[in-house]
Amino acid sequence: MKHTSTIALIAVLTMILAACGSDQGGEPTTTGSTPDIATTASSVSTTIEEPGTTSPSTTVAETAPSTTVAGGSSDVTLTLITHDSFADAAGEAFAPFTEETGITVEILAGGDAGSLTNQVVLTKDNPIADAVFGIDDTFLTRALEAEIFVPHESPLLSNVPDELELDDEARVTPIDFGDVCFNYDIEALAKAGVDPPTDLDQLTEEAYRDMVVVESAATSSPGLAFLLATIAEYGEDGWQDYWQRLVDNGVEVVPDWDTAYYSSFTRYGGDFPIVMSYASSPPAEVIFAETPLDAAPTGVVTDGCYRQIEFAGILAGTENDAEAGELIDFMLSPEFQQQIPLTWFVFPANETVDLPPEFVEFTEVPESPARLTSEEIAANREEWIREWSAIVDG
Amino acid sequence: MTRQARLLLAAIPAAFIGYLFVYPVTRILLLGLGEADLGELVDTRIGSVAWFTLWQAALSTALTLLVAAPLTWAISRFEFPGRRLAQAAVVVPFVLPTVVVGTAFAALDVRGSVWAILVAHVFYNIAVVVRTVGGMWSSLDTRIEDAARTLGAGPWRTLWHVTLPTLRPAITAAAAIVFLFCFTSFGVVLILGGRGNATLEVEIYEQAVTFFDLPLAALLAVIQLVGVSAALAWYSRSQERGSRGLDLGSQETIRRRPEGVLAWVIGAIVLGTLGLQALPLGALVVRGLGWFGDLAVRDPVVGVPLESIPRSLGFAGTAMVVAVVVGMMAAVVVSGRGSRFARWFDTALMLPLGTSAVTVGFGFLVALDRPIDLRGTIWLVPLAHALVAVPFVVRSAVPLLRSIRPEMMEAAAMLGASPGRAWRAVALPIVSRAAALGAGFAFVVSLGEFGATSFIARPSSVTVPVTIFRLLGRPGPANFGRAMALAVVLALLTALVVAVIDRLGEVGRF
Repeated sequence: MKHTSTIALIAVLTMILAACGSDQGGEPTTTGSTPDIATTASSVSTTIEEPGTTSPSTTVAETAPSTTVAGGSSDVTLTLITHDSFADAAGEAFAPFTEETGITVEILAGGDAGSLTNQVVLTKDNPIADAVFGIDDTFLTRALEAEIFVPHESPLLSNVPDELELDDEARVTPIDFGDVCFNYDIEALAKAGVDPPTDLDQLTEEAYRDMVVVESAATSSPGLAFLLATIAEYGEDGWQDYWQRLVDNGVEVVPDWDTAYYSSFTRYGGDFPIVMSYASSPPAEVIFAETPLDAAPTGVVTDGCYRQIEFAGILAGTENDAEAGELIDFMLSPEFQQQIPLTWFVFPANETVDLPPEFVEFTEVPESPARLTSEEIAANREEWIREWSAIVDG
Repeated sequence: MTRQARLLLAAIPAAFIGYLFVYPVTRILLLGLGEADLGELVDTRIGSVAWFTLWQAALSTALTLLVAAPLTWAISRFEFPGRRLAQAAVVVPFVLPTVVVGTAFAALDVRGSVWAILVAHVFYNIAVVVRTVGGMWSSLDTRIEDAARTLGAGPWRTLWHVTLPTLRPAITAAAAIVFLFCFTSFGVVLILGGRGNATLEVEIYEQAVTFFDLPLAALLAVIQLVGVSAALAWYSRSQERGSRGLDLGSQETIRRRPEGVLAWVIGAIVLGTLGLQALPLGALVVRGLGWFGDLAVRDPVVGVPLESIPRSLGFAGTAMVVAVVVGMMAAVVVSGRGSRFARWFDTALMLPLGTSAVTVGFGFLVALDRPIDLRGTIWLVPLAHALVAVPFVVRSAVPLLRSIRPEMMEAAAMLGASPGRAWRAVALPIVSRAAALGAGFAFVVSLGEFGATSFIARPSSVTVPVTIFRLLGRPGPANFGRAMALAVVLALLTALVVAVIDRLGEVGRF
């Protein structure tokens, strides 16, 4: 009676399924027969604990970097929403903080910087997190205008260069910065018999025809950074002409960094030896090389770079603003800051932190990267991108 | 089925779709349109974007049907070595992230054109046609065709006048899914289409995320919803006119072994179509070579890449179960013919597939904070996946369920079978086949889903596609190589799991 067993099987399955289906978000249950789900569920139960049930009871916090509130509260779980590229590694990076203060940190990944900013603004009536990290200066004004932050003046700001502090009211705290610069494939340029470019103007010359790939300013953060760099360099009335010359010289525009770097860049089989990337990309090429390298296979054009600064802030509506302040202080402390370069390939905001040797050896920090004020960006950003699109789409 | 019974059965899917789709989307659209001055928003560009979205989707659908037809015929009607494998392997493109396919397509040199969009859409969607239409074709009673041939009709005439009309419900079902997929295509259009080829989906994303123009994004989302609803309403009507009770064999048609020239033709079709699909995959294998071992090594940023696999399987399994339960209930309701309610219900169930991920993702953020705050919990991931997978289950199941003829059940009852036994003998084999078909789709949809997950992830919910994406977010050969290697593992795993699900679906047969 083959079909009887089949029916039994289906009946059992249906019951299990129904149990799963109706179990929305409550205490995760494990439903036999599906070991994968079971493992996932059990790992969940360790992360979605209610405040008050966690307490690894490391008693009173040592007042390590925190100064806002002495003797931080140990029973609290903080939720930090951040962008994807930061989120995954963050768990381990906060382990010392939890050890010192007893405060558990949960990470939410909120997409890219633009999506992240939108998410915290959209949910301001009922925030999904206590603090946010990863809003960069191009999106900063949008977040500040939405009035979503509680000010917090970290004492460690004295170790941070003034030019990174963009908000007078200390509603956001700079944590790291990175320079968006052109990279070039040393071997491919040598093969083509062309010298590496040294400034933006050269890229519109015949020698570099059909050699440059950049990201779209409308869909990519380095793409927008490069547009801003050209505006800073050529002025509000001059950048359009520069872009027209770039377009006439065969610049390729692709939607995002991944496509530019891994599909269009010669180093990964593409046709373009010059790509808009980061000043920290050459060290990454060395660290993630197939076989150990003595020198970076790519170089940085230090002219025409744009400096992006990333900020953290306490979200209004949190009940744990004191603890969130401690978290931000920790993110500025040397303990956390020294992990930044090799984990996220950006530079720490805290000047007292030494850079790892790979960073010193294989990259150049541009001396005078371009910057525009957040106010200028906020006032013109959309218009600039529209104008840019019109030029690029011809 | 009585009206009460149907309403009762409809309640769970209705609640599911209401809470996870209608409510969040309404909230976000109202929020966006609330501050809008509609007159100011409308500009001529919207018209051209909408038109491009429509025609590229229609053309992609037509091309997909054409390209997939020979393979569907070969797999449904003939027995050959590797047939089952081919039937499972055809879904692999479905789970490959667009970025990955993009790097593989770069070699084809069609990037930056409408052609690239069309080719990629065909590449991704062949599986929908092969499996949905093939599911029905496999069980078509060949005696009608034989009768036509006996009466003197040639093979083409038989195909045109007998086979195709009978398959019409499955063909339109596949076409509807492919159309919706292409209508809301995002990654393919953005990465392969080049600038100037924006769809509504891309435009909604840019307006919402780049320009912070929530009102315009909401307006575009409404246009997208209206377009999708109109297409679905048309579809739903034509679907009803075309379906009829059929003698679907309670077992699959005995497949012939092709001989002589036919064997060569079938071989060429199968190898040709699957070969085209395998080309990009081959590129991945080559580029991932040497990095497979590193997938088991911990990385400070993405963790151990292989660990995302059990997590992904867990999510996909959960999503599949939810989607099959909800989808099969809904399919039973929808397959009851002639009721306006069933038609509306059907359309509502399909809508999530035709709605932009940004709309749904932002909708979740503003709406799902009560009664329990689902936002950011791990449960939202499989639920969001199930939402997208339910239409696949419904579309796979309805044509098969509609083919169950009540007369057969009555005949069985007349011959002395109890209602339960009549159901088991007549309906169960078809139901289980339908459920397996839907389950396979639900599984791969969840495994490959990226749009909604990227809005609402916590590190403990990072799936395989997200891991691939994050590896590709940093420079260096090790990151690139591991991303390619992980994509290959994902592809193999997908084919394997789908083959197992297919096999399980056959258990219900006599």
